[in-house]
Amino acid sequence: MPELLEVAIRLVVIVGAFLVLPLIVGQMEHKAMAHMQSRLGPMYAGGFHGWAQLIADGVKFMQKEDVIPAAADRTVFKLAPAVALVPYLVVLVVIPVGPGLLGVDLDAGIFFVLAVMGVGVLGSIMAGWSSGNKYSVLGGMRSAAQLMSYELPLVLAASSVAMAAGTLSLQGIVEAWEPWWLAWQAIGAVVFFVAGLAELRRPPFDMPIAESEIIMGPMTEYTGMRFALFMLTEYAGIVVLSALTTVLYLGGWQGPLLPGPVWTLIKIFALAFVVIWVRVSFPRMREDQLQRLAWVGLVPLALVQLALTGVVKVL
Amino acid sequence: MRDYQGVDGYFGSYAVVAVLLAVGAAIFAGALLVNRLLRPDHPTEAKLTTYECGVDPVGDGWAQSQVRYYVFTYLYVVFAVDAVFLFPWATVFAAPGFGMTTLVEMFVFLAFIALGIVYAWRKRVLTWT
Repeated sequence: MPELLEVAIRLVVIVGAFLVLPLIVGQMEHKAMAHMQSRLGPMYAGGFHGWAQLIADGVKFMQKEDVIPAAADRTVFKLAPAVALVPYLVVLVVIPVGPGLLGVDLDAGIFFVLAVMGVGVLGSIMAGWSSGNKYSVLGGMRSAAQLMSYELPLVLAASSVAMAAGTLSLQGIVEAWEPWWLAWQAIGAVVFFVAGLAELRRPPFDMPIAESEIIMGPMTEYTGMRFALFMLTEYAGIVVLSALTTVLYLGGWQGPLLPGPVWTLIKIFALAFVVIWVRVSFPRMREDQLQRLAWVGLVPLALVQLALTGVVKVL
Repeated sequence: MRDYQGVDGYFGSYAVVAVLLAVGAAIFAGALLVNRLLRPDHPTEAKLTTYECGVDPVGDGWAQSQVRYYVFTYLYVVFAVDAVFLFPWATVFAAPGFGMTTLVEMFVFLAFIALGIVYAWRKRVLTWT
């Protein structure tokens, strides 16, 4: 019985992190983006620098009517936000925040993470197709194309870390990590992070959403709670990507002085800040530029990283 | 009995994943339930038309369009199948007794993938048409 209780507590913490961290990242984006653009951002909700803005948004979304267009494919349309959101929750189960502090340590760690993260994009494709809207279909297609192109560099870069550590378990990778890996795996880290951004469809890779040409892409027809869940998906995705990059490339909980989980959180939020920074700094890429970057830029770089990892490890 | 109690063993650890999946589904269902209790519900014909870009939609939503990205799907399928084999290999390639052999194998593998990309590039698959 104590074992079951322990598992239950871990799951509660994971669900709590899943619901809270994306909101913090969202608020950070509101404020950081505003200040980068010489604005103030939300200032009223909650009193102190608009800290409760996203909670207010959530309360508002909760009371919104749920409009499903008559032309939509209802079942798929209704399910799409769940397919997009739930994978990011499931991924969190294997991410360690400290030694032994994780849901479960799966042997197939990285492989599991990459497989489950790929499912999330299906939600976007489902939403695009089921909306019965030309722009949404285009957006869904772009999501699919983006997944196809960026999954490969993601997989190659991740397997380079697995080679270095000699294990697929995320906990095992952090335990094997040493500071000089920062230089050794630097190419892989950049490839992984960029490919991850593209898979999340974050700017500058937000071609599937591209509000100035295809309205809101796959999410155009969504309203109320379902739309809010899509938004939550985006920020949960940022948390997951930052956490994964932290665990695979930045040594997870390793660091001087402070306790492990604090280091993990610091690194996650630093990377989340980079995600926001990139959004503010770069213009959106065109679809063909995006594909070119993946196949001509990231895949060859990932292959170079694989060769480098292999040579250093064996010799 | 032992692997029946929670997190022990292969199926035990995936049982935790399954539970979390169920919790995720419950969060989704719960959010929509709260939404259902709090929201108004007055569908009108105008409200239920496809929004599209704000103008009344012309033609069917599933209009034909040229999918220019299908070649990338082929490329991906070819390479992803290769890449999956990297993972089991990655865990053992530096184990004692392998060393040089696996390293050479790795370069053979990399050469295959690189050749594939060069081929696609030369065939102008990667340029916009």
